[in-house]
Amino acid sequence: MTSYTAEFDDIPGTRVFTAQRAKAGYELNQFCMSLMKEANRERFKADERAYLDQTKMSQEQKQAVLDRDYNTMIDLGGQIYFLAKIFATDGLSYLQAVSTMTGMNIDDYQQMMLHGGRSPEGWRSIKDGN
Amino acid sequence: MARITHGLTTSHIPAVGAAIDLGKTAEPYWKPLFAGYDWTKAWAKENVPDVIILVYNDHASAFTPEVVPTFALGCADQFPPADEGYGPRPVPVVQGRADLAAHLAEGLILDEFDLTLMYAMEVDHGLTVPLSLVYGQPDAWPTRVIPFAVNVVQYPPPTAHRCFMLGKAIRRAVERFDEDLNVHIWGTGGMSHQLQGPRAGFINTPWDTAFLDRLVKDPDSLAQLKHLEFVREAGAEGIELVMWLIMRGALGPEAEELYRFYHVPGSNTAVGHIVLQSVETP
Repeated sequence: MTSYTAEFDDIPGTRVFTAQRAKAGYELNQFCMSLMKEANRERFKADERAYLDQTKMSQEQKQAVLDRDYNTMIDLGGQIYFLAKIFATDGLSYLQAVSTMTGMNIDDYQQMMLHGGRSPEGWRSIKDGN
Repeated sequence: MARITHGLTTSHIPAVGAAIDLGKTAEPYWKPLFAGYDWTKAWAKENVPDVIILVYNDHASAFTPEVVPTFALGCADQFPPADEGYGPRPVPVVQGRADLAAHLAEGLILDEFDLTLMYAMEVDHGLTVPLSLVYGQPDAWPTRVIPFAVNVVQYPPPTAHRCFMLGKAIRRAVERFDEDLNVHIWGTGGMSHQLQGPRAGFINTPWDTAFLDRLVKDPDSLAQLKHLEFVREAGAEGIELVMWLIMRGALGPEAEELYRFYHVPGSNTAVGHIVLQSVETP
């Protein structure tokens, strides 16, 4: 890992999409892109497992998609703008999908946003604790 | 000769586009956000440029995992709206300005900015939401648009400094175009937001406010910011703010602030919007 990449790991609750992660997530993100076509969205919705089995994704990546576990998808090289094609297919907004990554329910997350969003305090640096 | 007279920045939140497309702009949640653009809409009606150079980022629409151009210039005659998974937005096809784009390609590449040139490209909410916010829902956009896509999805994106220098090079290149054209430059995306992980929902209003102040008066200092500070202080997706520095670089050393708006929340995001006028220095 380069020092450039390592520095970002000091930021809590965050995975930046590095060139290394892009390589690891290539097949997952390609699957997401396939959902930009209406016909593929229909095929995926009809039988998710069968659709995923036609891709070159790892079993872990497939399972994370089936579970709609976005944090794990990101850990496995997914990037949110690619992953957005999955929650768009599910008919969810960014707000609805993003809230699932925070451990908050949608109402609490929405209330937090209406009250100015998540405060930076405590979310800047693991080593500095601020 | 052509001149860049004005700059505009705005967030390009997809839910804002959906609210416009679905007729929800008067709903209590959205009303204050859209009201923040009323001044700009009136101003834009009186100040229609010949061309907008619209700096934005693609959100996995035109650019797949197969290709990641750092800077991509739209050289085509037309740019249709992309289907981002919900169907294409019901907005007009963007009409390009291929002769100026070709001129920019030549000028910028010879100025050592190694662009990717796009002769066929669909444009997503990053480009169309700003147009909708400023021009509403016309049958055709009132001006030509040259899309300028910047990678802010995969790290490393271009540095703030490189973006600022690119903006200056765009200004030089535009001024070498023979035809008398009034050109505006828009920078889009931001402000603070994070769409991933347990830190999602991150908003930093004091930092955003200082960024807006410095964008007007002290852009050189913003050009020194590292990616780490953007992510730490503005959230993972706040990195989009590097694109605002392309806009600012293209306005020249001095700019006058005509209008500013800031609002939380627009979905997951702090909405920031500013309109600047280039001040010609002798």
